[in-house]
Amino acid sequence: MSTFLWVIFPYLCLAVFVVGHWWRYKYDKFGWTTRSSQLYEDNLLKWGSPLFHFGMLGVVGGHIIGLLLPKGWTDAIGISEETYHAFALGGGLVAGAMTFVGLVMLIYRRRTVRPVFKATTPMDKVMYLFLAGVILLGCWNTVASVIFDSHFNYRESVSPWFRQIFWFQPDASLMTGAPLGFQAHALLAFALFALWPFTRLVHVFSAPVGYLTRPYIVYRSRGSKVQDGLGNRSGSPTWERPSLDDAKR
Amino acid sequence: MRVMAQMAMVMNLDKCIGCHTCSVTCKQAWTNRNGMEYVWFNNVETRPGLGYPRRWQDQEEWKGGWTLKNGHLQLKTGGRLQKLLNIFSNPKMPGMDDYYEPWTYDYETLLNAPLQKNFPVAQPHSLITGKTMNVKWSANWDDDLGGAQEYAPKDPMLKGIEDKVKFEFEKTFMFYLPRICEHCLNPACAASCPSGAIYKREEDGIVLVDQDKCRGWRMCVSGCPYKKVYFNHKTGKAEKCTFCYPRIEVGIPTVCSETCVGRLRYIGIILYDPDKVLAAASVEDDQALYEAQLGCFLDPFDPEVQRAAEQQGIPMDWMEAARKSPVRRLIQDYKVALPLHPEYRTMPMVWYVPPLSPVVDVVKDTGHDAEEMGNLFGAIDALRIPVEYLAGLFTAGDIEPVNGVLRKLAAMRSYMRDINLGRDPDASIPEAVGMGEEEMYEMFRLLAIAKYNERYVIPTAHAEQAHRLEEIGTDCAVSAYDHSGDAEPFGVGSGPEVRIAVEDLRIRTARMKDDA
Repeated sequence: MSTFLWVIFPYLCLAVFVVGHWWRYKYDKFGWTTRSSQLYEDNLLKWGSPLFHFGMLGVVGGHIIGLLLPKGWTDAIGISEETYHAFALGGGLVAGAMTFVGLVMLIYRRRTVRPVFKATTPMDKVMYLFLAGVILLGCWNTVASVIFDSHFNYRESVSPWFRQIFWFQPDASLMTGAPLGFQAHALLAFALFALWPFTRLVHVFSAPVGYLTRPYIVYRSRGSKVQDGLGNRSGSPTWERPSLDDAKR
Repeated sequence: MRVMAQMAMVMNLDKCIGCHTCSVTCKQAWTNRNGMEYVWFNNVETRPGLGYPRRWQDQEEWKGGWTLKNGHLQLKTGGRLQKLLNIFSNPKMPGMDDYYEPWTYDYETLLNAPLQKNFPVAQPHSLITGKTMNVKWSANWDDDLGGAQEYAPKDPMLKGIEDKVKFEFEKTFMFYLPRICEHCLNPACAASCPSGAIYKREEDGIVLVDQDKCRGWRMCVSGCPYKKVYFNHKTGKAEKCTFCYPRIEVGIPTVCSETCVGRLRYIGIILYDPDKVLAAASVEDDQALYEAQLGCFLDPFDPEVQRAAEQQGIPMDWMEAARKSPVRRLIQDYKVALPLHPEYRTMPMVWYVPPLSPVVDVVKDTGHDAEEMGNLFGAIDALRIPVEYLAGLFTAGDIEPVNGVLRKLAAMRSYMRDINLGRDPDASIPEAVGMGEEEMYEMFRLLAIAKYNERYVIPTAHAEQAHRLEEIGTDCAVSAYDHSGDAEPFGVGSGPEVRIAVEDLRIRTARMKDDA
């Protein structure tokens, strides 16, 4: 069972995640959007959305530090366990609180503002369920470690296991000892990854950082084939200049 | 020198009767879909009035277009980083209320009503919420100055002259302003798009949104000072006027032009130098922008321009079209067409011949001869308010160019009356406005009686085959009235996603097989 939960299941989810995104991008570029509902309602959104998204950026940053940086590295540059823990807890609580408040506002808005609710698809609802579950469990893990003064160090179990996934040698035993909250958080998160390519969450991968460097005005030729493939609308004929070859034919 | 061709339009406002045919046919062609109910790529506004969306011209509020900061051109909403920081909630995006909440009627109650004493009534239902609603505003609620006492004073263009206009209202000063996307040389919408989905076509300058690249960040909606990029709330993508490019590519005019009852629209090519655009858009003085933009345009009769165009692969028939272009004649030769709000610094390419009719009407009402040049010239000078108002729209408040155009139109009126009445034409009349007799007659022909082929000089794209039309969704926006979903905790009423003209693999494959 533990092999399934901590080895097979994560790989299944990641496979769906990767292939799913490839598939979605290839066949449904038109559906690849944030599906913003700002046009319907702005007063709740203008607080809830930035809170959630900026909080989420903090949360992701925290996870990158916590999961991907081996403990040995921070030890090597002289960051003690206490310093690290205090920093992680402080940052985690702020980012988690922002995300949580933002999420509550956004879900409240989605349910109570009728036009927004009408624009909510079944897939959105499933996605919200998983997303909220992962976030709540994550918040709970952080808060619980304070309340119960837990000494569970995820950097010696969860993080190595997570990194091992990427060199294809995950050790399931590292996870079996973790508290239930951490286990559930990890499993639900992988389930969310599997769901990801089929939801509006794909917009995360469109974060427009290229905007900072590209020229303001984009010129494009009528004939340029920017995208090829089945999922776009550029099947139209392109502008071919008359050439001598045409005349000879 | 670089040479580029721009498909441009001129509208002669004197001939607009405000019938909205252009708007309706455009809507039928392009925006009669779910998610686009509130959208009018083409709309006709009564001036003075609020416009659509309400008060779109108030850039202190909406921050559309460009501004000069330390001599550098910058988007009015701020720099690139600021845009990205605002991406989670766009602070300058008009809400549905600023456009209007689209609605339909519950026609079924009319059809199914039993015989009864009183007439059954069809109630308006919101196309957004599905519930019954009170209709309070629409795209042309203040049409023909309806409710002008309440609405017109809020017209942003009347700032500073409100008290005087009240007096002028009694003399009925009013005209119509049809608006489409300006297909600017320096489009602020494209510059605002974080995804780079909005592009300007190299061949004809038409500004389009790549529906596959748009990610729905909505920055273009705020970036465009004319508020002519719209958010499709069903697909989550931006959409805008396409200058009917599938029609233009095969040499026929846009739907709005084709169906214009007053035949007031002209379409043609203007040649310009893209390397001059940035400098022109960055001139210090707002009122110098009109001249600066004229300075970007190239003369297709100039041999040097012809040589450069040939080197850069502009086809010969396009050069011929540029020489014949009615738009070029009105803008560059006669200089009677002016850009809409040059002070937004986007270098718009849909220009307008300002209306002389407010002036003519006043002269006529006073019992004087409204065809006589002296009377008209005097009236142009005396009627400061309409002229100032026009200058606010077309020349950033500079009265001189507007005066110049109105004088030319007035002179044309007087000059042609002599001809129409079989009298000897008076050469001093065109001379008074710096034109030759022949030139004035040609201008009259173009403005008054030009035929289809003269009004629309559109070279075809060099795909020697008709543009294969992609399917354009035409499912009826009058969707079923949905009364469910009010009570259930998990909301059955939110329903499944509505498929619009989504090109997915399944649909495409099915259609391909159908054809075979």
